Amino acid sequence: MRTGLKRAITALVVVVGVCVVVFAVIAYRPAIAEVARPDPHAFDAGLVQRGANLARLGNCVSCHQAAAGRPYAGGYPVKTPFGTVFGSNITPDAATGIGGWSPAAFRRAMREGVGRDGSHLYPAFPYTHYVSVTDRDLDAIYAFLMTRPAVRAVPPSNTMIPPLGFRPLLAGWKLLFLRPKPIATDPRQSAEWNRGRYIGETLAHCTACHSPRGLLQQEKRGAQTYDGGWSGGWYAPPINARSPAVRAWTADRLETYLRTGLSRDHAAAAGPMGPVTYNLARAAPADVRALATYYAWQMRDAPAARREPALPDRRSFATQRHLDGARLYEGACAVCHEPGAGMMVAGRPALPLGTPLHEDNPRDTIQVILKGVRPPVSARGPFMPAYGDALDDRQVAEIVAYLKMRHGTGPAWKAIKKDVAAARKEGE
Amino acid sequence: MMDLTVNGAVARVDVDPATPLLYVLRDDLGLHGAKFGCGLGQCGACTVLVDDRPVFSCLLPVGAVGARSVTTVEGLGTATAPGDLQRAFLHEQAAQCGYCIPGMIARAEGLLRKTTTPTEDEMRAAMAPSLCRCGTHMRILRAVRRAAAMRGGGVIDSAEPVT
Amino acid sequence: MSAHASRRDVLGGLIVAFSLAPAALAQTGGGEGSGGPPTVAPDLPGTLAKFPDLDAWIRIAPDGRVTVFTGKVELGTGVKTAMAQLAADELDVALDRIDLITADTALTPNEGVTAGSQTLEQSGTAIANAAANVRLLLAETAAKQWGVAATTLFTRDGAVLDGQGRRASYADLAASTSLAVRARADVPRKPPDARRLIGRSVPRVDLPAKLTGLASYVQDMCLPGMVHARVLRGPGSGTRLAPDLAALRRQPGVGSVVQVGQFAAIVGPREWPLEQALRVANRGRWEREAALPALPALPDGLLGMRRESKVIDTRRDEPGAQGVRQLTARYDRPYLMHGAIGPSCAVALFDEGRLTVWTHSQGVEPLRQAIAELLAMPAERIRCVHREGAGCYGHNGADDVAGDVALIARGMPGVPVRLQWSREQEHGWEPLGPAMLAQLDAALDASGRIVDWRHQVWSNTHSTRPVAAGDLLAGGEMVPAFAPTPPKPIPQPNGGGDRNAIPLYRFPNQTVVSHFLPDMPVRVSALRGLGAHLNIFALESFMDELAAAAGRDPVAFRLAHLDDPRAAAVIRRAADRFGWAKYRAGPNCGRGFAFARYKNHGAYCAVALDVERIPDEGRLIVHRAVAAVDSGEAVNPDGIRNQVEGGIVQSLSWTAFEGAGHEGARRTDYDWSTYPILRFADAPRTVSVEVVDRPGKPFLGTGECAQGPTAAALANALAAATGKRSRSMPLGRHGPKLDE
Repeated sequence: MRTGLKRAITALVVVVGVCVVVFAVIAYRPAIAEVARPDPHAFDAGLVQRGANLARLGNCVSCHQAAAGRPYAGGYPVKTPFGTVFGSNITPDAATGIGGWSPAAFRRAMREGVGRDGSHLYPAFPYTHYVSVTDRDLDAIYAFLMTRPAVRAVPPSNTMIPPLGFRPLLAGWKLLFLRPKPIATDPRQSAEWNRGRYIGETLAHCTACHSPRGLLQQEKRGAQTYDGGWSGGWYAPPINARSPAVRAWTADRLETYLRTGLSRDHAAAAGPMGPVTYNLARAAPADVRALATYYAWQMRDAPAARREPALPDRRSFATQRHLDGARLYEGACAVCHEPGAGMMVAGRPALPLGTPLHEDNPRDTIQVILKGVRPPVSARGPFMPAYGDALDDRQVAEIVAYLKMRHGTGPAWKAIKKDVAAARKEGE
Repeated sequence: MMDLTVNGAVARVDVDPATPLLYVLRDDLGLHGAKFGCGLGQCGACTVLVDDRPVFSCLLPVGAVGARSVTTVEGLGTATAPGDLQRAFLHEQAAQCGYCIPGMIARAEGLLRKTTTPTEDEMRAAMAPSLCRCGTHMRILRAVRRAAAMRGGGVIDSAEPVT
Repeated sequence: MSAHASRRDVLGGLIVAFSLAPAALAQTGGGEGSGGPPTVAPDLPGTLAKFPDLDAWIRIAPDGRVTVFTGKVELGTGVKTAMAQLAADELDVALDRIDLITADTALTPNEGVTAGSQTLEQSGTAIANAAANVRLLLAETAAKQWGVAATTLFTRDGAVLDGQGRRASYADLAASTSLAVRARADVPRKPPDARRLIGRSVPRVDLPAKLTGLASYVQDMCLPGMVHARVLRGPGSGTRLAPDLAALRRQPGVGSVVQVGQFAAIVGPREWPLEQALRVANRGRWEREAALPALPALPDGLLGMRRESKVIDTRRDEPGAQGVRQLTARYDRPYLMHGAIGPSCAVALFDEGRLTVWTHSQGVEPLRQAIAELLAMPAERIRCVHREGAGCYGHNGADDVAGDVALIARGMPGVPVRLQWSREQEHGWEPLGPAMLAQLDAALDASGRIVDWRHQVWSNTHSTRPVAAGDLLAGGEMVPAFAPTPPKPIPQPNGGGDRNAIPLYRFPNQTVVSHFLPDMPVRVSALRGLGAHLNIFALESFMDELAAAAGRDPVAFRLAHLDDPRAAAVIRRAADRFGWAKYRAGPNCGRGFAFARYKNHGAYCAVALDVERIPDEGRLIVHRAVAAVDSGEAVNPDGIRNQVEGGIVQSLSWTAFEGAGHEGARRTDYDWSTYPILRFADAPRTVSVEVVDRPGKPFLGTGECAQGPTAAALANALAAATGKRSRSMPLGRHGPKLDE
């Protein structure tokens, strides 16, 4: 018996040892030699321009720029349940950016999530999407990044829950979830649709926000793709047949929304979607059109695509049930959102058209009230002030409840006040 | 009927609770510092402090204030005995038409109560919700930097150190 | 100054009687500074020439307090303080003994409109000289009483002294000194070494109240029994609302509805219910005004409009000059908003047949005439009193709202009425600064000297300031409507669209042509600087383009073409303080320089900028702005710096970000989100202004001197930073093109 136990333990140790060795072999990535920073003038202008477009489609700058920082110099905090990852400096600075990266190093980072020095990168950087970007596009993005102003900036260190600060563990994550997945052309669909799919599934990485995630933060695939997800404390609603929008997302409407940040049949782009539209506004119009075509197709079976429901205004009922909320709304919100308000006279969409009041959770309605909607500094665009300091959790919840009762559809929202507190916390 | 704590004193007002605080301050309590600029939360001329936080009083229904304490520019000092932030504004002569300034002062007070050592960019971001059309921005920022120094702190990374 | 005006005149029991010149109507048409009554004493300086009697300007009360009257107003430029300094110094009284009364049709000399940076030149000069006269008269009274020669006496702190113990206070002397006498032209002003206040940066007398919330603005006025009002109009100029007045009457908080012709307003005891009712009203149907001319496609559409062209300057000193290199360029700007932070507001009381209007209008006298016509009342029964508003930067809604409230008050005798426009109404209805286009053509000779210069400018009028009822919005809503005064160009040397189109540089051959466009699809009027903003933007951008073609440094190039030493001094000072010679541009950075003398007879101002254009964001950072300004004798140096700093930042906003939107002729901007202006993040990192003081020289108008040079300096700096020149404002509109 003791011999058997001893043998079992030995076998276990050997197995574990072999696993560790195998894992170390799998996890190991060699460093790629540093190169001299490429001469910006050596890149073909057309290639750089192509790369600029791709970078805007990919919304790279949103994660790679801090609030008061320079474009692509990193420092933006991406909060995950496992800690906060800071976007790195991807300007061509040799010391603190990627100035010493060869094209091969860049490609490896994008496709395999491995840094030049061989370290694994956290999948907050969505290489599971970029794995399918074509060589030509990667070269273009490389050319674009290498021709940006070099900025000397060191982002803050990541704050991962131990032991997740140990990067080689990510090799295991990749084993499970990184699947090279070429985007094949679908000959039954138009060229525009195919282009939209390519952009949306790779560079624009829409599922990163709009799909649910599993326990290890991997995006759920298959039937749950585009079933809705979370980003920065905001809810990114489903953009498939389960879209709760009460107005159809036609390709035209979606294109307008993506390019201008506003759809007159829906609402303004808010939260993390704001910067996305700001970048798409400056991307090639044909590509944005392609994205719109593809995602309109994704939502072709959504309820509103088949029938756009009437939108009753249950004002008296909602006022009776939520008198406090009605009064708060009258003094804090009606001045912009009720008919006769300046923006309403000018044709901005009415509240019930926006998707938040029809989602299955109150988070977006809450966040818009707490944080408002802001265009980039000094730029024209939909603007809403933040109420986070003016109203307490109970008051925000009251307004939310009133609005849901007055204009909303879909399942009832429970524990709104708790969600307000959670939203505040997540937004910190 | 409701009680409001404004500048340390309790005032009783009888108004529709949906009435924005701005009108109550100006028309019922005779406090003209906070101004009507837009009523839309876009310009900050109406800014007051509610429990140390700057808010747009044009969008805060008076019924929502509750027991929180409201501080207007009148509560920070008087013409004969201005508070330190107001003294900083006077020192820098930080006004042209002056219409936006009470809102600026309230917003700056809110910033300094949170921190007396903001970076230059943090200070500008904190003040950004308040608009000035006369172009007094430089002096307003100088006044805020001066007041931060007066409170034992100082704005970091500024191109215009306090002199 | 208390905003709680009583219904009696503000001087309490003191009887005031003025020897005003017979009330001639203000100049009609495009007189931006509609000058008021005619000159009766051409030998006297400033507005003394129109009101030569001393008691029009200065009164001394039995308690020794001095009241100074000015027909100009405080717009936030600090002139109230500057004028008090002038009076206090010339009179030898303490600053706090002075009460300055600004424009009030019942009390002050008619100095027309406070505009065009003429306040110190006109009123300040008058007050300084009047005060010098009064001081001399008081000394002469004492001299007579003591039997000595006036030259043996001196004055200090509100008294005349003989140096041997005898002292007579102004209060005592005033009783036996008549100020109802004509000023003398030969009374000297204080020599520079005797001045205590003039030339010092005396803190503004109005700030302590404003910074501590004391009622200071017309918006803060609260009269006993006052009611509130809101006017009902379409969303913007060119629209008309068809409100359901019966339904509005039933709205809670609406006490009454006023309707006169197509003018309609709601009145009630509290503001908030009126705001709610206004919103209900704005749900109503509105329609476009029929006969508006089509808006041209800017900027080139301006070229196709009906025009009246005039050569405003021409010179042919070297007809044989050979140009070897020709350049041509067009520059343009869109319609711009005034954008006062506080929407326009006015208070009025109609009582016992007399109407008093408290207004932040820049011109209470012409406003009075317009209201008189609107109400079919004699002007003598109307009193317009200036109370400060938010900065207006020209002709905004202030006069219209005064007309509106007058109509309402007239229907409610004995009840003070306060009317305030909404933010949307201010954006929708205020007159805009006109869109403009300039074409520059020049020739360089072989040595890089400009030998021929041609400047053409296309613009609407820059003044539809009301002189008659038809110039007020309410006037156009009467049935039958009052017709607006036909627009006329403002003649040189002030100019309207052609303001600063004539270069200060010395070119041997030049032609300047002003193309006046009388048709106005968009409601336009005076915006600070008038044509100077675009003309200097064009002229000084073009100078840089020519300098580059000649291979010369932009500053040296300008100096080479100037023969005005004060201009040269200001240019050198700004360049020197900026460090122009040793500047090294960082990546995506560039420096720009520009200079102008406002109206060619106002203040001299040079501006240098160091800017960075961040690629991929299109964001503009102004790292440094350095300016030098010569305003002649600097009454209040800090006041000058304040105006120039402010002008720089304001112009950066106009030039980099702004342009009013239209759909057809209808405005699309209704709030700050649709018409964004500069916020703190975009303000320069540092601004410094050097004042070149010229004691003894005439005061030069400063309030508008920085806008033009800043616009051009920005264009020049961006051209240096990016390698591409932009000639169309706004220069920094967000959303850069793909190749940036």
